[in-house]
Amino acid sequence: MGLLIRGGRVIDPATGVDREADVLLAEGRIAAIDASISPGGRHRVIDARNLLVAPGLVDMHVHLRDPGQTHKEDIASGTAAAVHGGFTAVACMPNTIPPIDHPTVVEYIQRRATSTGACRVLPIATITKGRLGEELAPIPTLAASGAVALSDDGDAVKDAGLLRRAMSYARQVGLPVIEHSEDATLSNGGAMHEGMWSVVLGLRGIPSVSEEAIVARDIVLAEDTGARLHVAHVSTAGSVALIREAKRRGVGVTAEVTPHHLLLTDEAVGGYNTDAKMNPPLRGQADRAALVEGLLDGTIDAIATDHAPHTPEEKRVEFDSAPFGVVGLETALSVLLTRLVRPGLLSLMEVLRRLSTTPAAILGLAGGRLELDAPADLVLIDLDRRWTVDPAVFASKSRNTPFAGWELQGKAVMTIVGGEIKYSELVVEAHA
Amino acid sequence: MSRHLLGLRDISVTQIQHLLDLAQSYADGERPAGILAGRTLMTLFYEPSTRTEISFELAAKRAGAEVVRCDVDRSSVKKGESFVDTVQTLEALGADAIVIRHPMAGAPTLASQLVRCAVINAGDGMHEHPTQGLLDLLTVRQRKERIAGLKVALVGDVLHSRVARSAIWGFTKLGATVTLVGPPTLLLPGPREEGRGKKEEGRIPSPLPSSFFPFPSSALSMTSSLEEGLSGADVVMALRMQLERQQHGYVPSLAEYARHYGVTARTLAYARPDALLLHPGPMNLGVEITADAAYGPRSAIQTQVANGVAVRLAVLLWALDTDERREPPRSLRELGAERGNEGTRERETIRERPLSVIASGSEAPDTESVIASVAKQSSVTPEIASALRASQ
Repeated sequence: MGLLIRGGRVIDPATGVDREADVLLAEGRIAAIDASISPGGRHRVIDARNLLVAPGLVDMHVHLRDPGQTHKEDIASGTAAAVHGGFTAVACMPNTIPPIDHPTVVEYIQRRATSTGACRVLPIATITKGRLGEELAPIPTLAASGAVALSDDGDAVKDAGLLRRAMSYARQVGLPVIEHSEDATLSNGGAMHEGMWSVVLGLRGIPSVSEEAIVARDIVLAEDTGARLHVAHVSTAGSVALIREAKRRGVGVTAEVTPHHLLLTDEAVGGYNTDAKMNPPLRGQADRAALVEGLLDGTIDAIATDHAPHTPEEKRVEFDSAPFGVVGLETALSVLLTRLVRPGLLSLMEVLRRLSTTPAAILGLAGGRLELDAPADLVLIDLDRRWTVDPAVFASKSRNTPFAGWELQGKAVMTIVGGEIKYSELVVEAHA
Repeated sequence: MSRHLLGLRDISVTQIQHLLDLAQSYADGERPAGILAGRTLMTLFYEPSTRTEISFELAAKRAGAEVVRCDVDRSSVKKGESFVDTVQTLEALGADAIVIRHPMAGAPTLASQLVRCAVINAGDGMHEHPTQGLLDLLTVRQRKERIAGLKVALVGDVLHSRVARSAIWGFTKLGATVTLVGPPTLLLPGPREEGRGKKEEGRIPSPLPSSFFPFPSSALSMTSSLEEGLSGADVVMALRMQLERQQHGYVPSLAEYARHYGVTARTLAYARPDALLLHPGPMNLGVEITADAAYGPRSAIQTQVANGVAVRLAVLLWALDTDERREPPRSLRELGAERGNEGTRERETIRERPLSVIASGSEAPDTESVIASVAKQSSVTPEIASALRASQ
């Protein structure tokens, strides 16, 4: 018995297909895609007329806080948030407690994901032991246990010599190195972007060069070692220029950008809004424009949320005391559809590509495409659905979004993982 | 109805003028006796202070308010009580106004979002120190009889200074131009698009676009040349140099700083002959300012201190919305009765809050006790006026 999705507009960025078709899912795989598939009596049927049928979204940068900080989020709530937002796979960062620096932690996450997760969970392991930047983590063992990438996210690897050796190992095992590009000596305890608004609000600024200095260093190290470098959450115009130039030279570098850096500037911090406090910080208008441009011309490959849950109690403090980070899984698709696709800045196909096909390719996953025999990971999207962001009803345990109250148009209305419906606002008919 | 004073950026030119006029009337010797009887002011200082805290207390007492000092070092803050909980506790205990000094920018703003009583910023991180800004404006207005058209130079650690931030907003809103003077590491970060790598020699573009000011973009400029910055200045304000700036590598040494940016009787000669010298205090003599300048003929530093009480009195009345009701003068008995009623109304407002903690024993004072406290307060001589006369 299968699941038949009838009459939807099937969009597959991997092949460029955009046409009305029926999709049949069976045994966790895509069994057929055709202009018309007969229900045959044994399939459950979803009426997808006026809906988009796209590959399930892949978020290559989330914080599930599990193990260690499950008051903020855990694998069950984080993946529930993911499927609410149309994501069928998330790669989780290793800054957990303990960090993902040992195969037992990788296995813990895999096991929890299997038993309580609503979507696929792909652990990213640390580059260094304890994420302390001092000794190499057991990279080959971590790779063998199923880690999909390496990162000390939250911090860059300060020691360039150590990072160079880590990159050699990463190349050997075929994993990308994901860097949180930040020179802590340049950030200097800053709480927001250094610029006009940090001056006005009297907050310590994180200068753009804090990110760019590390991006520049890492690019030459990647070039030197032949490792695949992936720059996490690019936030400045200068970083975009560095990555663009490196790609032109043929360096193995990819990059991601978050919806909040694409859509907001440091002005959002005004009034000391701690739900607009994240690292890297929201930058200036010129940076934001450069990020959109970088996404358009392919300098920036993927869109990732950097979903970083913190509780209201943790965020309702003095701005300097508040932790960095915002949640993003439940708003990403809709804010991008509303603010980038609707105004015509980016095509629907491109946004979906950067949310599925591209991140899947960077992490070497089978998903992110609608093809025969591909995993049955899909999202159904209603482009007309209007809704208002209300953090109180998030599936995530946390509510720290900078998009609260935004009126959006376009929403994931069904998320299917491995052929199973994990989130639905639709009626499913068991066909007679 | 209560109002918050969080910064001079947030309030209008009209409101600033009104506060200065009100403060001037107290500086001139008008007695505020009894006007805040039955009201409770609480001070919550997370950083040490002499001038600000004492002048707030004096101002409140002169107007007949009850003043309670929340001693952070001996309060539940030491047990780890959060800022948010502390502020809500003070309101529940019956504060009509909370005066907050905090090392983190935005703490008073956060407080103002949580309580209904007035929140007054007494200095928050590197953000603002609005009552200092007002007393600077008042001092200059007294001596120069105007603000518009004046050239004001702020010298020193502008980057970390809340006093400088409030002065920038206050002076430019009232039509003065402001020049920031200091070593490049202690000025404000310039706009990146235009500034990077191609700065004109000597001239640093203003970090704030002209849209921020009610006056042309020339309202704010920066320079690292003391001579250039002071030249033609009507007002020179030396900013306090934090001693730890050297350790963090902002300046090579305090001696080096003093050599190039110290305001002395000699360097003050770059300014106009009738230039006024200000300093927010406390001073590091020999670092940002020397004794020959600080105690010299152009110094208005003692006047600044003396104006502190008048300004804070004006701010308290404004924040508690009693300033319009000063005129015409009424009998003490009438006054007391009215305050008593108002006190009752205030408590009712608090009772509506979802947080159901209500101050006990905070009934409105009876008329007799108000009169008694007023009588006591009115015997206090207004030193403000005499101090002012002495310094002029």
